[in-house]
Order: sequence, then C-alpha cells, then structure tokens
Amino acid sequence: MKIAYYPGCTMKTKAANLELAAVEALNVLGVEFTELERWNCCGAVFSLAEDDLIHHVAPVRNLIRAQQEGCETVVTICSQCYNTLARANLLVRGDEEKLDTINRFMDEEPDYDGGIEVVHYLTLLRDQVGWDALKEKVVQPLDGLKVAPFYGCTLLRPDEVSIDPLNEGILEDFLCALGAEVVPFSAATECCGSYQMLAHPEEGMQRAAKVIGSANRAGAEALVLSCPLCEYNLGSRQPEVVAMGEDLEEVPTLYFTQLLGIALGLESDLCRLDLAGRAARDLLTEKNFVAAATV
Amino acid sequence: MASATVTEVESKTVPIYVMGKKYDVPDTLTIMKAMEYAGYQYIRGCGCRGGICGACATVYRKAGDYKIYTGLACQTVVEPEMYLAQLPFYPANRAEYDFEKLDATPESIFKLYPELFRCVACNACSKVCPMDVEVLDYVSALKRGDIEAAAEISFDCIQCGLCTSRCMGEMAQYHIAQLARRLYGGKLAPKAEHLQKMCDDIEGGAFDDDLTRLKATGEDELKKTYTEREMEPAMSDESWKPESSAGLV
Repeated sequence: MKIAYYPGCTMKTKAANLELAAVEALNVLGVEFTELERWNCCGAVFSLAEDDLIHHVAPVRNLIRAQQEGCETVVTICSQCYNTLARANLLVRGDEEKLDTINRFMDEEPDYDGGIEVVHYLTLLRDQVGWDALKEKVVQPLDGLKVAPFYGCTLLRPDEVSIDPLNEGILEDFLCALGAEVVPFSAATECCGSYQMLAHPEEGMQRAAKVIGSANRAGAEALVLSCPLCEYNLGSRQPEVVAMGEDLEEVPTLYFTQLLGIALGLESDLCRLDLAGRAARDLLTEKNFVAAATV
Repeated sequence: MASATVTEVESKTVPIYVMGKKYDVPDTLTIMKAMEYAGYQYIRGCGCRGGICGACATVYRKAGDYKIYTGLACQTVVEPEMYLAQLPFYPANRAEYDFEKLDATPESIFKLYPELFRCVACNACSKVCPMDVEVLDYVSALKRGDIEAAAEISFDCIQCGLCTSRCMGEMAQYHIAQLARRLYGGKLAPKAEHLQKMCDDIEGGAFDDDLTRLKATGEDELKKTYTEREMEPAMSDESWKPESSAGLV
C-alpha cells in the first residue's frame, strides 16, 4: 500500500505546529509515505449543493495526483482537508455519472478511477502502527497530563467519513498511548464556532465558550485539538472568549501532533511550541516534558 | 555584394476565418502574417513579433472541435478552418503597492489580491496558456504561501492575459505571479555578491577615467576603436583571456 501525504495549504502557512512533528513521527514509527509533488487546495469545504460539481473538481484533482504517483492511500493531518477529500471521494465513487462528468471536464488529466482511499492521520497510526507499538516508541510519557480531547466536527461528521464511527474514542486511545490522562469531556464533539467566529462573532463566541467551559469543568490542563480552524477559535481567540463568558478560565491548547512529537522525543523545533501559547509552554515545562531552555 | 537567391517555396492556400469572415491565405504563414496578407493592418496588438512580449494573444477554434485553442499570432502557423479572434488586451486590475515597504510574506500577497482564494482549481488558466505555464500550480503554490515555487513555475509567463480571460474566480493570475516574482527576486532570493561588488566599484569610480577618455574621443576614432576591438572567439573555452585588460576590473 503506497501512501501519499496530502498537506493542505494551512499546514504550509499557519499550522506548521500541526504538521512538522506529525510528518517526522511517521519516519520514527517506520511508516513509509511520500508527500505529493503536485497538489492544489482541497476545496476547503465540501459543497452541499445538489448540482455543484465544479466545487468537487479541486478535491478530485488531488486524488488524481495521488493516482498519478502510483499511490493507493492519501493521508491528511488537517481535519478540514480530510473531510473535503474523503467526502468528494465518496461522492464520485457512489455516483458514476458525476464521476464521468468530472472526468470529462478535466479532460487534460487522466480519469480518476475511484481507487484512492482517503484516511486521516489518526486512522493511519491506529491501523499501520497500532496503539501498543506507538506506546513502545514513547520516550517521554505524558504522565499526569490531564487532557480534554476535542474532535470538533469535521473528523466525525457526517457518519460515512467519521474517523470514529462507533464512538470507540480514537483520539482518547491515541492520547492514552502517549501516557496522558484523558478527562471526561462532554463538549468533545461540539462545534468550535467555525467560520461563524468571523461572520457572526457573537454566536461563534458562544460556541467556543461552551467548549472552554466544558474543558474547565472536566479539570483539563490542556485542550487537545486537531484542526487549524478549531485552533483559531479556541486558541487564538480564547482570551476574548474567556473574557466574554462567566466563570471561564483559560486552558492551554495544543495540537495532538505536538503532544505526539514531545512523547516521541522529537526535536523541539519540529514541535513548534513557539507557535503555542505561553500557557501551553509553561504547562509543558512545569511537567518536565520539555526543557525550559528549548521553549 | 552577391545577389540574394530567392528560393521558391511551395505553398497552397488554406481557408481561415477572421472574426467570422473567410480568407484564403498561404499555409506557410503565421496567423499575424496571414491577417496582414488578408488586408488587416496592425496598429496595436502586434508587439515584438518575436514570441516574447505577449501582445498578440489569439484565441481560435477548429471546425468540429469543442476545444478552445490559443497561441501567439506571431508564432502560430495557420491551419485550415481556423476561427480566429485577436485578444491583445484583457482588462485586469493590478494592485498598487510600494515595493520597498512590502514584506516578502504570503500575507502581503493575500492582502493585495484576496481574490486568489476564489480559485476552484478548474485549471482553465493552464489549459489556455500559450506558454504552457502551469498557472493552477502557481496559484496553488501561492495559496499555501510558497512564493519561491510560484516565482519558478510562472517564470515563462509573458503576461498576455489569456489566463485571466478564462478565470472562474475572476482573478488576474499573471499580476499576482508578477508580484510573487518581484518579492522572490527582490527580497527572498540570495543576493548576488559579485553584482553588489561591481555596483560598488562603479560607484567608487573604477570606470570614471575610461569614460572621461571615451567622451573626449572623436567619432572616427571611436568607430575605429569599436571595429578593431578584441573579441572573444566563438569557440573559445573558459580559460580565454583578452590581451588587454583595459576597461576591466
């Protein structure tokens, strides 16, 4: 099974702290993959309009690129890219006529044959490495770190692309393998506020406040994220969210891949803790997971 | 002087359509020559006639074929049943900026050209490019902040504007690419140290005496100096050195 890694635009601009440790971790864990040579924006969101095929051209073109490189699997780290690519893939696999229309439109490309599997990074870790093997590779267990695992929307909805359709707790299992203590967290699958944070700030803030409040009540020391948009709403905008809500306290945010990097003992410049908030860096040094000098 | 030999070139005529009107033109001509043969006079939109200035962008179709074809009128040879339209200009807004004050960051480009994010990856831009630039690839590179890749991929762009004429997102790709090349060349690429040294030498007066002497030289003497100058032989290797190093540093 040849694996293509599809990065996505945000990974290469704002979210190096989500990408770099994750990519190096695959090397450490012995998972062979190649980063796609040519790729375009995934489309950012999956178009729900019934007859809007043009907005599925971008994701399908990326699947063709993977097909051209002889890959069978495309792995993404960004949850938005995962959602868009996986749903477009399902759409054209399940509708021969739509696939044919898109292939004819892209007459400069080889036809997409529907043969690519789109998987999220966590799924790849579980199925290619396994939690036990991951645990064995951990050199800095995250002992005593109370984490609230936040899935958000795009990793779980809709059901047909969910990375955890049976609610088994894939992100929880991952964090346990790293040695962290997962706290019961009722807002794990809520919406972070999404693009509403900009379009309708008040409603967006309310969504984010619900998540922060739930993490506070769970006694979480850190909120673990998997999506750059969630990081914007729950991380970058958190001071405003906390100021708005009653009885809210700030909670450090970290990407699940940064924790993976720390647990595997990767170089600190790959974990990009410089892009995490001050509170997150203080937490990690306080717990002696990273040396103060490196952050 | 030897008299020029005129070689007879066999040519037959082929029918082409200029703005819908049929003309029979010799099949050896470029589109531009064919239009002149048909009686059109280029006042603008002909440019360099050498395939590099981008002024003579042409759109055409062939009978019975749904595809849109493009070419530079000065480079593309006519084919039978071409339906031609010249597109010397296509409106495209170029953002105003003070290059000196611009940071070489993706955000600078995003702010000046937010329409970049209207791209739906339809690839009509690349398909229509007469220079075979992968326009979608450089647009994609810019969306992920890779200014260097965008500068490299767009290097052959001659700014004809055909990409812009076909863009679903209504952006002016080639202006955005030009900004990327400027930022890369001016602020990101490693500086050429030998160039800076030469500039410093010039400013320091290394050539002032030679220039003063040349300015004071009469026309005949100047012509003689020019025609008798020592030239590097065409097949010389890297070790070749001129006999006199006058005027060099």
